[in-house]
Amino acid sequence: MFADLLAAEAGAAAGFPTLTMLIVVPALGALLIALTPKGRVEAHRLLAVLATTITGAASVWVLLDFDGSEGGFQMRSADPQVWIEGLGISWDLGVDGISLFLIVLTGFLFPLAILGVKPEHDDKAYYAWLVVLEAGVMGVFLTMDLFFFFVFFEIVLVPMYFLIGNWGHGNRKYAATKFFLYTMFGSALMLVGILATVFLTASATGNDPTFNIVTLAETQALSMTAGRWIFLSFALAFAVKVPIFPVHTWLPDAHTEAPTAGSVILAGVMLKLGTYGFLRFGLYMFPEAAVWFAPVMMVLGTVGIIYGAVAATMQKDLKRLVAYSSVAHLGFIVLGTFAITTEALTGSVMQMVNHGLSTGALFFLVGWMYERRHTREIAALGGLQKAAPVFAAAFTLVMLSSVGLPGLNGFVGEFLILLGAFVASPWIASIAATGVILAALYLLWAYQRVFHGPAEGENAEMAELKVSEGLVLLPMLVLIVFLGVYPKPMLERIEPAVEELVSHVELHVPDWSEPTADVILPSDDDHHSDDDGEDH
Amino acid sequence: MVDFIYLVPLLPLLGFGAILLFGRRLGEPAAGWLATGAVGGSFVASVLVWIGLLAEDGHDRVVTKTVFEWVPVGDLSVDVGFLVDPLSVAMILFVTGIGALIHLYSIAYMHGDENFSKFFLYMNLFVFSMLMLVLGDNLLLTFLGWEGVGACSYFLISFWFQDEANATAGKKAFVTNRVGDWGFMVATFLCFATIGSINYLDIADAAPQLSTNVATGIALLLFIGAMGKSAQFPLYLWLPDAMAGPTPVSALIHAATMVTSGVYLLTRVNAVLENAAGGATNLIAWVGVGTALYAATIAVAQNDIKKVLAYSTVSQLGYMVLAVGVGAYVPAIFHMITHAFFKALLFLGSGSVIHGMDNDQDMRRYGGLRALMPITGATFIIGWLAIAGVPPFAGFWSKDEILLSAWDSGGLNGQLLWLVGLITALLTAFYMSRQVFMTFFGRNRFAEPDASEVDQAWEDFVAAAESDLVDADAALATATTEHDTASAALIEAENAFGDAKLAMAGTAGEERDAAAAAVKAAEDALAAAQAKAAPAVTAFETATAAAQEARTAVDSARSARSSQPAVELGEPLDAGEATEYLPVAVAERAEHHPHESPWQMTTPLIVLAALSVVGGVLNLPFTKGLHFLEHWLEPALYHEHVISAGAGTKFLLAILAIMAGVVGIAAAVAVYISHDRDPATIERPILANAWGYDAAVSNFMGGPGRRLFDAITWFDATIIDGAVNGAASLARGTGGIVRRVQTGLVRTYALGIAVGAVALLLWFLSRSVS
Repeated sequence: MFADLLAAEAGAAAGFPTLTMLIVVPALGALLIALTPKGRVEAHRLLAVLATTITGAASVWVLLDFDGSEGGFQMRSADPQVWIEGLGISWDLGVDGISLFLIVLTGFLFPLAILGVKPEHDDKAYYAWLVVLEAGVMGVFLTMDLFFFFVFFEIVLVPMYFLIGNWGHGNRKYAATKFFLYTMFGSALMLVGILATVFLTASATGNDPTFNIVTLAETQALSMTAGRWIFLSFALAFAVKVPIFPVHTWLPDAHTEAPTAGSVILAGVMLKLGTYGFLRFGLYMFPEAAVWFAPVMMVLGTVGIIYGAVAATMQKDLKRLVAYSSVAHLGFIVLGTFAITTEALTGSVMQMVNHGLSTGALFFLVGWMYERRHTREIAALGGLQKAAPVFAAAFTLVMLSSVGLPGLNGFVGEFLILLGAFVASPWIASIAATGVILAALYLLWAYQRVFHGPAEGENAEMAELKVSEGLVLLPMLVLIVFLGVYPKPMLERIEPAVEELVSHVELHVPDWSEPTADVILPSDDDHHSDDDGEDH
Repeated sequence: MVDFIYLVPLLPLLGFGAILLFGRRLGEPAAGWLATGAVGGSFVASVLVWIGLLAEDGHDRVVTKTVFEWVPVGDLSVDVGFLVDPLSVAMILFVTGIGALIHLYSIAYMHGDENFSKFFLYMNLFVFSMLMLVLGDNLLLTFLGWEGVGACSYFLISFWFQDEANATAGKKAFVTNRVGDWGFMVATFLCFATIGSINYLDIADAAPQLSTNVATGIALLLFIGAMGKSAQFPLYLWLPDAMAGPTPVSALIHAATMVTSGVYLLTRVNAVLENAAGGATNLIAWVGVGTALYAATIAVAQNDIKKVLAYSTVSQLGYMVLAVGVGAYVPAIFHMITHAFFKALLFLGSGSVIHGMDNDQDMRRYGGLRALMPITGATFIIGWLAIAGVPPFAGFWSKDEILLSAWDSGGLNGQLLWLVGLITALLTAFYMSRQVFMTFFGRNRFAEPDASEVDQAWEDFVAAAESDLVDADAALATATTEHDTASAALIEAENAFGDAKLAMAGTAGEERDAAAAAVKAAEDALAAAQAKAAPAVTAFETATAAAQEARTAVDSARSARSSQPAVELGEPLDAGEATEYLPVAVAERAEHHPHESPWQMTTPLIVLAALSVVGGVLNLPFTKGLHFLEHWLEPALYHEHVISAGAGTKFLLAILAIMAGVVGIAAAVAVYISHDRDPATIERPILANAWGYDAAVSNFMGGPGRRLFDAITWFDATIIDGAVNGAASLARGTGGIVRRVQTGLVRTYALGIAVGAVALLLWFLSRSVS
């Protein structure tokens, strides 16, 4: 039956169904792990590593095969496999500059998460859940179909729920339940929104219903009022997922109690389901509503930046501090998304990847610290740099990336977001920019308390970074530096898709055009072309 | 030749890379030599670039060299590109030149440090970042360098991280600077939004067309950035604390180079400043001169040799900011360069002193070091003359030009700026002379006790007498008891003897014999009691006398303590009778012999001293032909700055400036050499405590600021999260299904989703197959 599925895409120009592979390989991997007898710990681990590594390699293949000059969706099958003709549900995958790097990030982080930490019990279930999670995440980023989007969006909840609930720390049951109920609540509204979109569009156009998001987005048949209400239903689901203030309180609990791999994946890719959702289903499908709600969303993003940073400053648990820093970082992405300028949107997409790298790496480091010291309480740590200078150096680099130091990846994204947001709304951007002061405050203060000062007791004997840990971290550190020094290859692949999205919004929202800088000087570069309509 | 520009930042970057990879293997001193070589090579390359530019004429001296496209998105196009022009070349020459000298110096200074190679790792990274800052052809690349030097500063201030105070100082520097960086970032956004570019050449071209509001906005926002990096009021707070870092760091980063980047930045965008509202540039001038005066008053009362220099740096940066504020960019850069010479010299000299004094930084324990450390002493004295504004040393010429420009900026405002600047010059001469006199002149005080140690000795002395008295009283009490016991026994024996005699009186015969024997026995017992009582009495009398004596001793100790003879001003403190109670630290200090530093440290001192002597020739005022720096910088400055004052005024102002210096030095001589005045009248506690500003800020941050943060965190945990949990408990009460979900059946629900999703997929698959 999978053969059939693969054949569907094989018919496409690409010749090989790479995108489908990205979902099927981890799904099969999980199945194989489930079928391997219990107790074969090494076999489970090997299968998990194989499945995620093959998926990672495939995602790199997609990256290499991607045509960076193209703004629209690529690698789609020529004739999408139609599953339910009457309902217009189809297996249709595609990738554009917005989803490309999220796919690569997913492919990159999963093998590392599996290699970086071993579970303490029930290996089989642990690996199976983790690998099936990857299938779900890939599905969300790849699908062009609202129905499948919803299915994948829901599926990812299940493995994460079990990962937190069964392999987590301390108050894990509470955290897992809170995570699950919170997200389910959002999704329930979204389901209503999805159905409303499909059937209202069908009745407005008189065509058969379709779940295809490209078709729906290009049709724009909804009334203004309906569009705004439906946007809200999506927005709430995504707001919980991101999370945006004030629906963020599941995150610190979930992050803190989750096992290390769970935290890495949760922060690294799962929060991006929300921000990705805003781009794909907020801006793209409901441009009018997105523009209408943009000021509110920008303010909420800014509130998140400052509120998250303030709360992070006062945390007593290091992992909770990192969790709150995510609220602040994701606030930047929300701000950039709803500034709706090419610079800010490109920055937002890049920042999703940056946050995945730096916060993912921070969760690894905090997790390894916990394995050594059996505590995450900041007050119980101190002077670790003396015993573990390499560990401290790695932490420093990741921290500076998170602080947004120029030359490292985090800065480029933050800068583009704030710059683009400034063009759209100078005051909001100026206030949001104070977040960079607070980021330095909470991270450097935490660093001082954990790594500086005299080392006493167990802190004086903390084990240095192991080679195996260093090997997991190294690719992340390399990317942190590379993307900060030479972000161009990434930016130029994101930009066409973002420009396409902005022109799409301009086309469908009367009286709105992209806020742009005043150009006093005659510009000699015309690399910014405003040509739209290729896909219309 | 200009293409050598690529090597200028590349060499320190390669040095950084090499030490990063092989630093531990290289170890000491190889890592230090490698780093020094990298920066030295960078200096040579800078000289070649300079020669290359000299070969061009005037406006062909502005060249852009692009390395690669950095952040190209939408309308924004930012390259990693170098703007090679007279301004940046002037900067790279002194950054790499002084940088190389300080690297050399550090090889000896950091000798024996367990993180020797790591120190040079950061130093090379710093030089690289500083070069990116000055070479960047756009605001963003400058910002990369700007934050890069900030990060290196953070690493190096907290280099000895096990001391909590160093770690705090490093964090404070970074976070305070970030407040300024906010201004820098928003200024960049404003440039982009209004000009469409953040390249300096584009900004300069567009500047005349900017509205006054926008130009003012950009200028003030960049100035906020400059306030952080160049340590101006109110953001200067981090710089005095930054002295926690190793002294070469203070010299390179916190005196000569990094802290001048705010002044550089404002000069770089001089075209925008020229179009800003006059009120804004006047504000810049006043913040500058106000900071200069403020910091100078604090420097007067510091006893830590590095703290004096730190406040002096804040003050001198204030002069440069004043110059920028009145549009005098050439004097600003001129003073930046001469200041780099003499302040680096002074810091390195202080490092040499600290090194020779076994890490003691308290100037009250110095004195007379000129003889023991001749090279350090001689070069430091040159640095002093340069900063104090004594002609013909370098600082005189540059400071004089700033004061002249302030006067010339017009009206009462200009005259007031000048006056405050002049008072600052007087204070500068005073506090620097104080430092030199306390350190290098007078007698060696390192073996002398200081006031607190003498107090301690007296306290211990009186305490010892008091403890003796307690002992004597105890002994007396014992003697009294023994004496009383002996007396009682004696009386008893006397009574027994009397009774025996009485008893004998009425007896006869044998009875009488027996009674006589009893009398004899009683008499013997009495004699024995008398023999016993005699020493007890003596002991009692001795103890009484001893107690009396101890009481007197306490009284005399107390009175000696309260009536210590007033020490003549300038005379060594003396603990008198309490001398033997002085802390051991005093004796330990006496064991140490101050010594001159090794050649790696003295060579940079000599070179910098020479530059501090002749630095003025860069821009001598006498004839137009001698304005080398002004001619050189001209292509980078967009408005000619003309001094309208006549020769007479200029001469008069110069004389007044010299007089200010002379008065300052004379006053210091009166207080610290001839001891005509008590220093305490000048070194007020309020000055020593920096007018209480730092403490006020710390109290605010630790008090209301922290409470606000706590309140928000409480709000998050209690109100926001509480509402969610409350809603959940509410739901729990409303229905059976919900209750079961809430009580742990979420897992069933989760599995339900999984099974449902799989079932759906299977259904679709089966349909598609059929």
